[in-house]
Amino acid sequence: MDASADPVLSIRDLSIDFVTPRGPVRALRRVDLDVPRGGIVGVVGESGSGKTTLILAAMRLLPGNAEVRGGAVLFDGDDVLRMDAKRLRGLRGRRMAMVFQDPMTSLNPVLSVGTQMVDIQYRDRDRGRPAKRRRAADMLRRVGIPDPEQRLDNYPHEFSGGMRQRIAIAMALLDNPDLLIADEPTTALDVTMEAQIIHLLRELRRDFRGSILFVSHNLGLVAELCDFVVVLYAGEVVERGTVRDIFHRPRHPYTEALLVCDPARLDTVRRELPTIPGDVPDLVHPAPGCIFADRCAKAFDRCRVEAPTLTAIGDGHAASCHLVGP
Amino acid sequence: MSARAFDAEARGGRVGAGLRGGQRLLRRIVQDPMGLLGLTLALLVVVTGLFADGLVLYDPLKIDVPNRLADPTLAHPLGTDQLGRDVLSRVIKGSQIALLVGISATALAMLGGLSLGLLAGYGPRWLDNILLLLFDAIYSFPIVMLALAVITLLGPSLATVMLVIVVGYVPVYARLVRTSTLGVKNSEFILAERSLGARPLRILVRHILPNVVGPLFIIASMDIPVVITIEAGLSFLGLGVRPPAPSWGRILNDGYSFIRETPWIVIGGGLPLIVTTLGFTFLGEALRDTLDPKLRRTI
Repeated sequence: MDASADPVLSIRDLSIDFVTPRGPVRALRRVDLDVPRGGIVGVVGESGSGKTTLILAAMRLLPGNAEVRGGAVLFDGDDVLRMDAKRLRGLRGRRMAMVFQDPMTSLNPVLSVGTQMVDIQYRDRDRGRPAKRRRAADMLRRVGIPDPEQRLDNYPHEFSGGMRQRIAIAMALLDNPDLLIADEPTTALDVTMEAQIIHLLRELRRDFRGSILFVSHNLGLVAELCDFVVVLYAGEVVERGTVRDIFHRPRHPYTEALLVCDPARLDTVRRELPTIPGDVPDLVHPAPGCIFADRCAKAFDRCRVEAPTLTAIGDGHAASCHLVGP
Repeated sequence: MSARAFDAEARGGRVGAGLRGGQRLLRRIVQDPMGLLGLTLALLVVVTGLFADGLVLYDPLKIDVPNRLADPTLAHPLGTDQLGRDVLSRVIKGSQIALLVGISATALAMLGGLSLGLLAGYGPRWLDNILLLLFDAIYSFPIVMLALAVITLLGPSLATVMLVIVVGYVPVYARLVRTSTLGVKNSEFILAERSLGARPLRILVRHILPNVVGPLFIIASMDIPVVITIEAGLSFLGLGVRPPAPSWGRILNDGYSFIRETPWIVIGGGLPLIVTTLGFTFLGEALRDTLDPKLRRTI
């Protein structure tokens, strides 16, 4: 990625294990990722590739059985994984915020939306309730909730899925954070809602001038919204580059296969959709060599014994494959 | 349904609902025949308890030996007991003790169960394990055995009875709250709150608490008659309220020896127990049906 001097978020060499009865699952292995200021970075990968682990690590919200084996998550130069609880709380919500996958469960069902939105402004001690309420209503208006003053008194179940996701985005943006992390924010929504949310995120980036880390398995959305793309496979970054690089000049066989399999990009109608043969590898005992070798159509002997490293191809474009290596 | 009615509907299902929600809740309960019966009986007991001192015809403690074990007359509708005390007056006064124990002991147990349950559910794993062990230990005692042990140690009194009930019921409520807490704790909105920088205490009080109190209120309201029965039972055995205080259990005990000659005393002590139990149980069931949208028959 373009070494834009001063990224908002910079994940360095991050490795995370999950402790399970079968042994440690190597969920992330030596992941590097930068989110430049004002940029939108997309993380794509199939289910189980470590997308969610990556962003939970970025917010330090990992579940109890996760273990950081190495690396750092630098937010504005400070390591999120090692700072004390007080500084961490100062960061969360203020400077980095998150939108979750399922808007049906990411709002408290027994509190009205207004209560929740006023409540999370607890850090502003010198402002009164009416002011906080006004701010909440303003925010709802900005994300396109009609009649926000009245709607503040409604409970989450009185909103549709798309509206709830807008509310979740509004809550995340209340403090105008530098970085918004979105974990598949449209997966639970239908296509029209999806388009509206993407449109909203784009507008918001313009208005708030923040950065967005956008996680999705929907390639179309990523192409639509993002500037940079990181392709994650089985806990490793296999390729990264600008949207143009990834979608028009993919170099890693996995990225190529992923693009071929995207139903939205098929130009002929077929009865059977193309798939990548094989399964995601066992992350308790990862095989030596390239993590994708088993499923790769272009694998050769070297792939099974020697793991490739991320090799720069062009400006910001890099892939982890022996075929692009020296 | 209009949007406003829909709002009220939504709030009706929540604890701490506004006035409109309360009215709606009441209407629902009254529409259900069993609910109406339960509400009437429970209100009867509560009103009797509140105005007991004004309703009694005689001093419930006044002894009138020449007039002992009298049959019902207009002057003594339920007759008199072995010391010539007016049974009806004692029954009316007894409702005060029953309500005092039933409501305050349940409320205290609820409070204790709520705090310990939240602590066990949201606190660290080791604390959860210790608390669970404690709950199970208490829970494994039959409450009467527990009562016998405690009363032998502390001596029979109203306070001891309440202590026994609170100690016996805290684990029940705590387990309920702990389980709901564990469920809520892992939901996405708690993660979302954490991602916005909320402290653990704020999450516990503002987000978990409102999600777990609903079922607790329903269970506790249905336990009130059980608690009243326990108090009556202990008093009957001579382990509860000290004589001459007119607990329903004591009245039953007084009448028990004379059941062949004057059954009025036993009827006088037993009937209010039945009325209270049925009333609060019906009311609790109606409340549960109303608050649980899945059981609601009408929209």
